[in-house]
Amino acid sequence: MTDQTQIITPEGFAEDRFAETPVPTLEDYRGGVAVFLPVNADPASLAPHFSVLSLIVVPFASSADGRGFSLAAALRAQGYKGHLRARGHILVDQFRAALRSGFNDVEITTTQAARNPEAQWRAVPLGTGYQSRLFAA
Amino acid sequence: MYTYTDFDRDFLRARVAEFRDQVARRVDGSLTEDEFKPLRLMNGVYLQLHAYMLRVAIPYGTLRSAQMRKLAEIADRWDKGYGHFTTRQNIQFNWPKLSDVPDMLDALADVDMHAIQTSGNCIRNVTADHFAGATPGEVEDPRITAELIRQWSTDHPEFAYLPRKFKLAVTGTEEDRAVIRFHDIGIRVRQQNGEIGYQVVIGGGLGRTPMIGKVVRDFLPRADLFAYLEAILKVYNLSGRRDNKYKARIKILVHETGVEELKARIEGAFETQKRLLPDLNPDVVNRIHESFAPPAFKETDFDPNTGQTPPLQAFIDTNTHPHKRADHLSVTVSIKPIGGTPGDATSDQMRALADIAETHAYDELRISHEQNVILPHVHRANLPAIYAALRDAGLATANIGLISDIIACPGMDYCALATARSIPIAQQIGEAFSDLDAQHDIGPLKIKISGCINACGHHHVGHIGILGLDRAGVENYQITLGGDGTEDATLGARTGPGFAYDEIVPAVERLIETYLDHRSSPDETFLALYRRLGLAPFKAALYGDTHAKAA
Repeated sequence: MTDQTQIITPEGFAEDRFAETPVPTLEDYRGGVAVFLPVNADPASLAPHFSVLSLIVVPFASSADGRGFSLAAALRAQGYKGHLRARGHILVDQFRAALRSGFNDVEITTTQAARNPEAQWRAVPLGTGYQSRLFAA
Repeated sequence: MYTYTDFDRDFLRARVAEFRDQVARRVDGSLTEDEFKPLRLMNGVYLQLHAYMLRVAIPYGTLRSAQMRKLAEIADRWDKGYGHFTTRQNIQFNWPKLSDVPDMLDALADVDMHAIQTSGNCIRNVTADHFAGATPGEVEDPRITAELIRQWSTDHPEFAYLPRKFKLAVTGTEEDRAVIRFHDIGIRVRQQNGEIGYQVVIGGGLGRTPMIGKVVRDFLPRADLFAYLEAILKVYNLSGRRDNKYKARIKILVHETGVEELKARIEGAFETQKRLLPDLNPDVVNRIHESFAPPAFKETDFDPNTGQTPPLQAFIDTNTHPHKRADHLSVTVSIKPIGGTPGDATSDQMRALADIAETHAYDELRISHEQNVILPHVHRANLPAIYAALRDAGLATANIGLISDIIACPGMDYCALATARSIPIAQQIGEAFSDLDAQHDIGPLKIKISGCINACGHHHVGHIGILGLDRAGVENYQITLGGDGTEDATLGARTGPGFAYDEIVPAVERLIETYLDHRSSPDETFLALYRRLGLAPFKAALYGDTHAKAA
């Protein structure tokens, strides 16, 4: 998180527990604990590093671009257990989908946070959806 | 048919409350117009030429009479007293105020209905064969699978912001009335060695780049359905094009990647999904199976000659489909009165249909993708009473499958994208062939009209397709022939240069004259004749002999 961004967890606005962790781009990644994964990357390419990675940041260039949701789900499906963060233009109305896809928190600009104050995020119903009911074998 | 559980109802009420809040946040500026747009679309609110339009989901086209009555009430209370049945088995209200929409959604929720995922770049309301559960030759009622898909796709966290809209259709017979070869995913329920499974087709579509879907699995075991669907959607969501909305459908991904390469990627994703996705909840599955058990069919001795009249016989000959029980039929009610707007029904007609279904037809109605209303289960003894009631409501037009049973998109009368009028063309064709006896003589013929290249009127699969374009500010109508949306999926072939607004109906008349002159017998349909002789005689009739030879 920078001065210009705000972290939001299911509990509301939060401090960034990774504030001190450098997050290199995938290009500059050399096997460290954090990485920024662009939405056109192959999630499987990171699989060998899952045991050391504790933070993967996935960008949302626009709220209309839903690739990040599938990327998060794919990372979880391939066994990533660390922290997963959605960074960029994520709407209050996409918070539930982000969490259900496997993200732990989202990071938005402070400009957007001023327009979408904490109360709006806390009001999002996070109850179970159709999928968890349908696949509850 | 499926009835809502408390879970479904709670979900709907929460969803309406959420949309009410979204409208309020749009008004107070928390949401920008760009941010609000996908949210209103996935709740069925679409901006048309003159006003907002609300597209209400009728999952797999199935309705009870109470639901049809509620649609009538909504048409009266918040719209102009009518609704428009669409080619995806939905109903559209053309004149709502945005501020009224949350109340309309609450009214719909009173009868377990909604407008969720009827627009926008998400998995759309699923469609199915309109004779599901009634027609002979069915492996299984396709609505069982369609309802599972409805539940799986509703508010799916991964697939609500896809590159483009995504449509699924399901059929349970080898005959295809659900147009599965022209959907993003088409599904045919099949049986192999006593086991139920699915043929899966991907990448079909109409629009400006029409494509026939490709088979990617000939028999997918039932237990693998959702792992496979998720694999397709995952691959599409991550690699479908987002740089150009006209190249963003999965059909373009299939075309540009190649079906074999894409299939390999889907199979790779499927292996992971299959390992991870838990089995379906047997309680949910069993409940869905039970909901689609057939009604308790009436056993009555009856004399088929009682109440029989020539008009009733003509109606039965044209507007019914065989039922799996010999003493029953499926009745198609034409929403294509001669000279009317295809698919438009008044609130009084909706109430009449609800009454007929409740009194005479096991309380069940269907909407067909051909924009008609179906009574799927009708005991033959009830036909005279049903016919009389339909006549009283102005709904007894005996033209199903004939030249005046036209599909037309809203066109320039309503749509912001349209480049030409479609509804008036349909009306004029209906009037030009208003004599029903003449229509019967012409026989089975599907005319489909689109008012722009987005092809909402499905012109590519019309036996006669008409596409209205704008040529330097003047409407111009191109003709395609030989299209077919059934199991024989074929795209129509263009005849040549287009026709002006006042020339297109005479051009259609020349096509019909050509057919009547050339057919080997009245049993040879327009489509069969076209397949035998090709474009040549029709081109000669449209453009004259010289042009036909030059082309």
